[in-house]
Amino acid sequence: MTLQSLDIKQRSASPTTAPEARNPTEIAQLIDVSVCIGCKACQVACSEWNELRADVGTCVGVYDNPTDLSSQAWTVMRFAEVEENGKLEWLIRKDGCMHCTEPGCLKACPSPGAIVQFKNGIVDFHQENCIGCGYCVSGCPFNVPRLSPKDGKAYKCNMCSDRVAVGLEPACVKTCPTGAIQFGSKEDMKEVAAARVADLKSRGYRNAGLYDPPGVGGTHTMYVLHHADTPEQYSGLPADPAISTAVGLWKGPLKPLATVGLAAAGLFGFFHYTTVGPNRADGDTHETHEEDRS
Amino acid sequence: MQLSRRQFMKVGAGGLAASSVAALGFLPATALAEVRQFKLAHAKEIRNTCPYCSVGCGLLMYSLGDGAKNAKAEIVHIEGDPDHPVSRGSLCPKGAGLLDFVHSPNRLKYPEVREAGSSQWKRISWHEAVARIARHVKDDRDANVVAKNDQGVTVNRWTSTAMLTASASSNETGILTQKFMRSLGIVGTDAQARVCHGPTVSALASTFGRGAMTNTWVDISNADFVLVMGGNPAEAHPVGFKWAVEAKKRGARLVVVDPRFNRSAAVADEYVPIRAGSDIVFLGGIINWLIANDRIQWEYVKAYTNASYLVDEGFGFEDGLFSGFDQGKGQYDRKTWNYQFDEAGNARTDPTLQHPRCVWNLMKAHYARYTPDVVTDLTGSPKDGFLTVCRYLGETSARDKVGTILYALGWTQHTVGAQNIRTMAMIQLLLGNIGMPGGGVNALRGHSNIQGLSDLGLLSTSLPGYLTLPNEKAHPTFAEYVAKTTPKAQQPGQLNFWGNTPKFFVSLLKWFWGDAATKANDWGYDWLPKWDKMYDVLQVMDLMHNGKVNGMIVQGFNPLTSFPDARKTVASFSKLKYMVVIDPIATETASFWRNHGEFNDVDPAAIKTEVFRLPSTCFAEEDGAIVNSARWLQWHYKGAQAPGEAKTDQEIIAELFLAIRDLYRKEGGKAPEPILNLSWPYRKPEEPTPEELAKELNGRALADIPDPKDPTKFLIRKGEQIPGFALLQDDGSTMSACWIFAGCWTQAGNQMARRDNTDAGLGNTPGWAWAWPANRRIIYNRASCDPAGKPWDPKRALIAWNGERWGGADVPDFKIDAAPSSGMNPFIMNPEGVGRLFATDKLVDGPFPEHYEPMESPLGTNPLHPKVVTSPAVRIFKADRERLGTRDQFPYVGTTYRLTEHFQFWTKSVALNAIAQPEQFVEIGEALAAEKGIRTGDSVRVSSKRGFIKAKAVVTKRVKALKVSGQTVHQVGIPLHWGWETVARKGFLSNTLPPAVGDCNTQTPEYKAFLVNVEKIVGA
Repeated sequence: MTLQSLDIKQRSASPTTAPEARNPTEIAQLIDVSVCIGCKACQVACSEWNELRADVGTCVGVYDNPTDLSSQAWTVMRFAEVEENGKLEWLIRKDGCMHCTEPGCLKACPSPGAIVQFKNGIVDFHQENCIGCGYCVSGCPFNVPRLSPKDGKAYKCNMCSDRVAVGLEPACVKTCPTGAIQFGSKEDMKEVAAARVADLKSRGYRNAGLYDPPGVGGTHTMYVLHHADTPEQYSGLPADPAISTAVGLWKGPLKPLATVGLAAAGLFGFFHYTTVGPNRADGDTHETHEEDRS
Repeated sequence: MQLSRRQFMKVGAGGLAASSVAALGFLPATALAEVRQFKLAHAKEIRNTCPYCSVGCGLLMYSLGDGAKNAKAEIVHIEGDPDHPVSRGSLCPKGAGLLDFVHSPNRLKYPEVREAGSSQWKRISWHEAVARIARHVKDDRDANVVAKNDQGVTVNRWTSTAMLTASASSNETGILTQKFMRSLGIVGTDAQARVCHGPTVSALASTFGRGAMTNTWVDISNADFVLVMGGNPAEAHPVGFKWAVEAKKRGARLVVVDPRFNRSAAVADEYVPIRAGSDIVFLGGIINWLIANDRIQWEYVKAYTNASYLVDEGFGFEDGLFSGFDQGKGQYDRKTWNYQFDEAGNARTDPTLQHPRCVWNLMKAHYARYTPDVVTDLTGSPKDGFLTVCRYLGETSARDKVGTILYALGWTQHTVGAQNIRTMAMIQLLLGNIGMPGGGVNALRGHSNIQGLSDLGLLSTSLPGYLTLPNEKAHPTFAEYVAKTTPKAQQPGQLNFWGNTPKFFVSLLKWFWGDAATKANDWGYDWLPKWDKMYDVLQVMDLMHNGKVNGMIVQGFNPLTSFPDARKTVASFSKLKYMVVIDPIATETASFWRNHGEFNDVDPAAIKTEVFRLPSTCFAEEDGAIVNSARWLQWHYKGAQAPGEAKTDQEIIAELFLAIRDLYRKEGGKAPEPILNLSWPYRKPEEPTPEELAKELNGRALADIPDPKDPTKFLIRKGEQIPGFALLQDDGSTMSACWIFAGCWTQAGNQMARRDNTDAGLGNTPGWAWAWPANRRIIYNRASCDPAGKPWDPKRALIAWNGERWGGADVPDFKIDAAPSSGMNPFIMNPEGVGRLFATDKLVDGPFPEHYEPMESPLGTNPLHPKVVTSPAVRIFKADRERLGTRDQFPYVGTTYRLTEHFQFWTKSVALNAIAQPEQFVEIGEALAAEKGIRTGDSVRVSSKRGFIKAKAVVTKRVKALKVSGQTVHQVGIPLHWGWETVARKGFLSNTLPPAVGDCNTQTPEYKAFLVNVEKIVGA
């Protein structure tokens, strides 16, 4: 058994079936929010390993920098100050790809091989196959992938698949000073989480729990939350994430219809161009201006 | 992602097309699905130590190429060393971003000069740089060195050039610098310890005997209770904080007391707010509570502290003053701050603690005033929060419960800095937590080698190994030095380790002057500079301001950013004739003459200082050892060549020294002996190697040393490295540059490079690197056992007496064969053998800590004694007193601190850290923000009497207004990392704001509590 990402389970827009002979262990990254100090070591280690350098931004009045995920920032810390009954909590969550068991991005992706899911659970983007359509962005229930302004392609955390492939833990996991990020088999991580939840309950966090949302088949990035009943207060972690119905329909029953539609559209376009001539783009520009003002 | 509807339809159509084309059977030939190639497969791996804070995390550096001659090594990746017992592979955001430090665009590559009045740098050759600097040094020294003072004492003191040394440089650089500097007669010198943990050394040495963190990073995990106060380890020492979190995971409770809810508080069980500058009230209140509620480890207190010692009849405390205050001098005469002694010279005691003059009863009376109500009233802390801390700490008075304290500059940087720490040290003695695994007073040092530089005596009045530099009045001769610095035991049977001072001192002088140091010339004693007053950085800056300092050599230090009152610092620098800056990166200090608009509004043409900027290597480009906070000397290795023409600090210092010595040889000059006689035995004199210097730090035999028990044998032969300080001699037959480091490089080789991380018990890893003293990891560990030699807590058995000798997981900090019945006590560095609740005359501002307001107080009074508001023993210069503000103009309490994303003023030159925290900000509570109409993200101006900064406002629930003595006190948090030599956004020097006044004992400036005003910048 191995944690390494050898075999591919699914590949976007590709009808190939996964090899079944080998059985790598499912992995998971466990983020224990209750011991996270928000130091951003994970952010820095991620950027260092993956050779990413976001622009030097500005202080917008909170500790969040970079202020959002981007093609140059695959994981960011989100800070939320929550005060209830006079007790202040600073809830700090490492945001990034959740590596869903049923990845909405992969399902939405129309480009063959641009998104793959390895049998160990890692969801990886392969930019050489990415056409920059952005469907993965709308397909993601966690709002994670980002298009690069440089090449138009989509980027996100790949859980350091290159490290995991040679038997190393992801860069963020290794560097985490307080052990708030751990890595191992998903089974082991669930056990670690159970112990942490028990400790939190003993300290009065009645609603402590594990975040491994079933709406996406579970995830390979999981959180231990002190308030698992209200994940939204951790900078908008969705309470019940699921792949949107649109993507579900799109890549499900509508797909064959779309194929027919495309063929028909192609034929129509050909005849329209040869008989009527090209469409003009004036209205297009006008509409963009309108939207800019709104 | 911003897509207009039309664009979305386009990509949608494109995507649909691609997808459907694929479905129609036009699949690309091979959809590549391999992971990225692993980039380190054959990269060379080098072990190093993180150069930032004092946790001393292990690094794995990877360099391009396999080491072949034809490949130029370049560091391509740095990550944590999983074998390292403390960091276990972790690195904080600073450490994780080190790659961008090594390759920072702000790295210096060539020697440069800024000529007088010029507005630019000019590249010059090393030869020219060294020759010009040597000329400046010689001319200034010849003109100003004082060879003899008015009394005819040879003092060899040169005060018109000052030198700052680098707390991130290696021990080997540090010791060579010590040799260089003292041979010239420099006494105006400090390392960063002066502005950092100076008070720690004073406070802990005066209580326990040594001025260092008592336990280790990993040992924090053995605690039942962790108090974080006067520090913020989650941000300043994130990887060390791992072990506090580990303790918590094992069931410990963690409480944070701080002016603001910081990132340590984010994972604490409780957070208690406190007004900056009122810590002694809080801690004194704890002492009172522990006594009132009988939460005392009685057996420990009676046996291992001076609770039973009788105090001089003349000692007293009234209306805020201890006995002996001289109003005119503004100083105490400390004669009565002592014990009563019998005829034999032993201190009198009353083991029953009944005597009214015993320390216990005096202490009890002193703190009776610090009731929970007084605490709440003066600190602004809620009473239940205060009592929670009392209860948690009180529980650790049980034999099988242990508590620890993690603190740093939140306690040191006050006029009462040393006393803040002293109060906690007393609490830990009362609870029996010193010497215990999981206990101690853990001073979390700042820089990666600030501990080492302190150990090496790179402070104005110090010498290596905590020996004092001779004073012209007290120590005019060698005989008087030895007589006055060698204490006599104050109780029978005590080890009194400082009794060996002559051995350490003579071995040091033999290192300084080699064969030229003989018994006949008192081992060259006259050649050491003798000080008349302490030339700490505040003193030096004031002298500079008054035109009394002409030159300054700045090695790996950025004083313009780190000294208080930056505008005054710029004005003072402008009066220098020459400045030499040795650094791997560009600093504001080196470019103080450059106009940066509002950030540094100066006229270069009016500044006549000649500034030399010499590029040095960084950690990744040199070998050597640095000492972490837990006193571990860890050896590191070079991984790549330095950029451009950069040289190691050792080469730079050696070249400067040789050039200066040449001038003295050729031209003669004033007081040349210390320079001409200096021992310089290095194989390549212009490039002493780290190995040569490390061996000197350890020390070696200069003659065969016979075994006193068997004259036919020798303890050690001439030329051999000594195994430890026990072998040092006072007859010139041994040399050692730093006696406490003896054992670091023995005949068995480099002990600092050891990498056995086996856990010998309780997380103790004696085979990893080497710790001073004598590889002991938890100091005072004899006190972890009861007087009979049995561990107080069987679960925390670190060492024990086995009937013949002491032994266990740690090296006993005790005479190995001294039986429990011998009466020898655990604090072997103290002449009385016990820990001091009453500090006698060891501190200048009182044997018991007392609360005094910061120099700029938001109350304007001290409700405990309104006639004595601030500490009476404060030294403040006239110019600085005039620059103090008052609460009517500056109504809020300002306090400065670090953020976890940055290290001091270095990482603004590091892209990865600049990205993580790009721009200067201040933290303001919601109540104050509402009052001032400030919204989060607004630009604000924060001013003190000394100047202003502009910054973004972070309006937060984490800083609360406090009710103090009937008024509302607002605190403003001021992170300190910005400047103009930066890859982040340009910023103001935060240290424009704090006043230039320091801790009474050590002159560490009061950065943590001063007065400011805040205004919204309209139209920004």
